[in-house]
This record gives sequence, structure tokens and C-alpha cells, in this order.
Amino acid sequence: MTDTKTPDTKTPKAATGLASPGISKFLETYGIILVVVVMMLVLAIIKPEIFLSAQNLTNILKQNASLALLALGMFVVIVTAGIDLSVGSIMGLSMVSLAIASKAGLPWPVVLLIGPCIGIIVGWINGIGLTVLKLPHPFIMTLGTLNVARGLTFLISNGAPVSGLQPEVRYVGQAYYDFGIFAPPAGIPASLILVAVCAVGLWFFLQRTSMGRHIFAIGGNPHAARVSGINVDRTLVVVYMISGFFAGLSGLLLAGRTDSGFPNAGIGIELDAIAAVIIGGASFFGGRGTVLGVLAGVLIMGILRNGLNINNVSAFWQQILIGLVIIIAVYIDVLRRRASMRR
Amino acid sequence: MAAPLLEAKGISKYFGAITALHDVNFHVAHGEVLGVVGDNGAGKSTLMKILSGLYMPSEGQLIYDGQPVRFSSPKDAQKLGIEMVYQDFALAGNMPIYENIYLGREPGARLGPLTIVDHAKARQMASAHLDRLHIHVKSVDQNAEDLSGGQRQAVAIARATAFDGKLVIMDEPTAALAIKEVGKVLDLIKSLKDHGVAVIIISHRMDDIFYCCDRVMALYQGTNFAEAPLAATSRNEVIGWIMGTKGHTSGLAHDNMH
Repeated sequence: MTDTKTPDTKTPKAATGLASPGISKFLETYGIILVVVVMMLVLAIIKPEIFLSAQNLTNILKQNASLALLALGMFVVIVTAGIDLSVGSIMGLSMVSLAIASKAGLPWPVVLLIGPCIGIIVGWINGIGLTVLKLPHPFIMTLGTLNVARGLTFLISNGAPVSGLQPEVRYVGQAYYDFGIFAPPAGIPASLILVAVCAVGLWFFLQRTSMGRHIFAIGGNPHAARVSGINVDRTLVVVYMISGFFAGLSGLLLAGRTDSGFPNAGIGIELDAIAAVIIGGASFFGGRGTVLGVLAGVLIMGILRNGLNINNVSAFWQQILIGLVIIIAVYIDVLRRRASMRR
Repeated sequence: MAAPLLEAKGISKYFGAITALHDVNFHVAHGEVLGVVGDNGAGKSTLMKILSGLYMPSEGQLIYDGQPVRFSSPKDAQKLGIEMVYQDFALAGNMPIYENIYLGREPGARLGPLTIVDHAKARQMASAHLDRLHIHVKSVDQNAEDLSGGQRQAVAIARATAFDGKLVIMDEPTAALAIKEVGKVLDLIKSLKDHGVAVIIISHRMDDIFYCCDRVMALYQGTNFAEAPLAATSRNEVIGWIMGTKGHTSGLAHDNMH
């Protein structure tokens, strides 16, 4: 319940527009972090011995690392006002493919590359469908590849999980560093470091490179981008390749964490990724959002689930609450837009 | 008279069986403000799209500074300093003023196919450029969507002139503006002329044409119909040209108010 309250306290401020544009800009950028902090404080007060244990915190980070990668990729797509429904299937296909390759005894450096490569290829296909075949909306093309990639996943695995991966392949999904401070099995997970590196890299790409800025411009006004000499189609293909790349990488993480490739992995997770991006303040209409917000969105969903779990709230309620959080988060976005229109 | 900045000779443009332009001649001099008038479908937009590189002419030749040129994309025209300002301004509302000005041509270090954008430099260049044009904004960090129509038009003009623009083509520059902002934009167009930039204005508003143009030309059904230096014509005559009549005098005008 804490989660529904915290955004509410922000609502009137956002709607009326604070006195100082500096503060409202700060809240727009970092307000979402406050939500995460408040959620953590509330849980720390209710269940200090469980929630704050190093093991529980490590678990939250590990369990949400795959979702964080998916959400980072989805974010780039949503910035262009697009959507990529295929990420869950790419994750599953990558996971099963690399598990089969690992079992077949391919050298581990090759196996590590399989996931991201499959992701980039499917992403390229998505981009081509959108820009060359000119399918009317990315929803349609990625709905197609969602099914194709999932079908392939079942086909190559015969529908059965593939387990027993090389230790090097499992490393990034499984390892954690206790630095001699934390009692095992707690510590800084290697997957967290991978997510951090990806997030910083993506932030740099989006904020500091011409193509990153063009991606935002396409989300803001595709016509303006086109007449400014930006190759919109080529940029969009790259956007879907980035999303595919992150989905493939998340397959590698999940395979490592579970020591297997199971063909059902990631069914429906594209919707969680979309939810995390939207909760994190990115606009579904494109052009708006931050990498920090996306990570916060992932954490809000992760902490919410964890908090309900440790309070013995049923999984059914979790789903209901996450649904409400999505609606409230987007409603805040609507209010903010309305406030900025009046300005 | 010096060689024209841009000249078009015998331009025709066909879209299938439709003739949009037939044997149109056109020229604009350095620092000249030219008004182009004509009714809907007269071919103004088609001609401007040819001049800005969006369309290729079916027949005829473009001559830039005495040299024949061919534009296969707007980028080719931009390289010669020919820029288009669109009626809807074509700005990304979610991005700050300075990024809109340099969109697609960001300053910074090249890294393979990418540019590492130097935001500080872009801000500084944008401020200096806006100052030069006497355009006042609160901050170059303001998003385009937070600007008034007139300010957006000013930013669009600043973008068109940011890279040593020689010729700015403006499609209905005042159509989307509040009346109180029209004057500011027209003054800005005049100041471009003072900077030696040639401007082509497509407009239906006689007030715009007669406030800032040096010369006015009329197209009628895809052909040259009439043209004259501004001093040698009158509003009513130009309105007559739009409607396809010559020798229109104030005595015949239906809006006889002067």
C-alpha cells in the first residue's frame, strides 16, 4: 500500500506546478528515487530483520537484474514512441540456444556471445519489418517475432529445459562478491555490476552521442527529425537492435542464475519491462524518460513484490497492486503534462 | 546587377499525368527578400520543394552562384546554405532550444559514425547565434514545447541560419502565429536581410509581403504569371495576380479600403 500513497503525495505538487521551476524539474528527475527510498523505509520499519538482511537485498538485486536489462532496452524503444513485444521471446530463445551450445561443448567465450547476437539479429529483423516492410506499427512486427522466436525456442529445445552450463557461462548470472564483509550467500552480485555498466553505457549513448539525441528527437517529432537530415529509418533499426541486444544479454543472466535454459522463460516478461519503463516516468508517447527512472521503475516493482512476499501477501494481490501502480504512474504523467501545458 | 544567388530556368514538374509546374523561371539575389504568391495549387510549394532539394525537377536547371547544381536530397541543398523553415516549425518539443538548433548537425568530436555531442559548446553557440539575430529567450535550455508560436518560429529561423545559411525558404511563416507575434517574426526576417541572407516567403497575407519583401512574384496554375519590385505594385494588383487577373486596379477591388 505504501507505493500507492507515495505517488499520491506528489500529485498535487505536479498538478499545480511548484513555485520554483528548479524544484519541479528536480522532482521530475529524482522524484522517482524518492518513491524507492520511501518504499524501502516503510519495509525497513515493518520488517527490519527480514527486509534489511544482506541476503534479502542481494536477492532483490539478483532477481531483478534480467528485468532491468530488458527494461533498459525497452526504454530506448519507448523513447521513439515504439514498443518491442518480442523481448521476452528473445530472452527465451537466447537462453535455450546458449544452453544447448554450452552442452554441445562450444568454447565458453562463443557461448557468451550467442545471447546478445541472437538479440541483435531479431532486433534487426524487427527494425527491417518496421522500416522496409513498413508495417504500420511496431506492435505488429514485434508481435510477429514474439511468436516466431518463442516457437523456435520450443522447436530447438523440444519443449524441455536444457540444464548443466559451463561455469564461465553461469558466472555473470550467479557470482557475487562478498568482499569479506557479507556472510554468504550475500554480497554485490556480478549481475548488478553488469546492469550498472549497461545503464551507464546507455545513459552516455542517449545523452551524449548524436544518435542518442536523434532517438529522442524521433520520439518528440519524427517529421522534425527527418527534415533535420536524420536518417530516421536507420536510427529505428538500431533502436530495435539495442533492445534485442539487452534482451539477449538478460537471457544470459537468467541462464546463469538458474543454471539452465528453459523454453518457457520470459513468457509475458515484456509486459513487466514495459511496466517498469512506464512506472519509471518514461512517456508512452515517446521522447521522455531517463535511464535512472527506468532503474527506479524496476526497483519499485521488485521491492513491491519482495515487500509483499515477506509480509506473506499472496502473489495474486501482487499482480493487482502492480496493475494499480501502472495506472497511477501514468496518471501522474498525464497530470504533469496538463500542468506543463498551462504554463 | 550581380549574378543571382539561386536561379531556376525552365523548371517543369510532372506527377504522373498532372503538370504541377510548367516552364517556370525564377531567381533570387543575395540578401533579397522575395515574396511568392499564388492560389492553392498554383505550384508554390512544389517550386520550393525543388529549390530545397526535396523534389527533383522533371525538366529545367538550377543554377547556384553561376554554377549548375543538382539536389538529390535536402542535405545537398543544406550544404550550399539553402534551408527550409516549415509551416509547423518542425521542432522537437521535448528537446531544448539549443538542441533543436543543431539537430542533425551537433557540434562535438567524431567517433566512428557517432558524434560525441559537446552540449556546453552547443549551448554557447546557440546563445551567441540567437543574440546575433536579436532573438530573446529565457534560456537556451527551455524546451521547444514551452515556447510561444512566435518564439518557436524564431528558433526555426535560427536553425535555418545557424550554418552560414545563404537562402532561407519560409512556408507561410506567420500562418501559425498569434497576431501580436507576427510583427516580431517579420522584423526578424528583415534582420536576416541585413545579415546578407536571402529569404523567400510564401504567404497569403498581403501585410507580410508588403512589410518585408523587395520583390513579389506570382505563380498561376503552375506557370510564371507576373512579378514586380514591391515599389512598382500594389496590394490589389498582387491579389489580382493570385486570382489570375492582370491590370487589377484599386477601383476594381472588392476590398476597396485604401
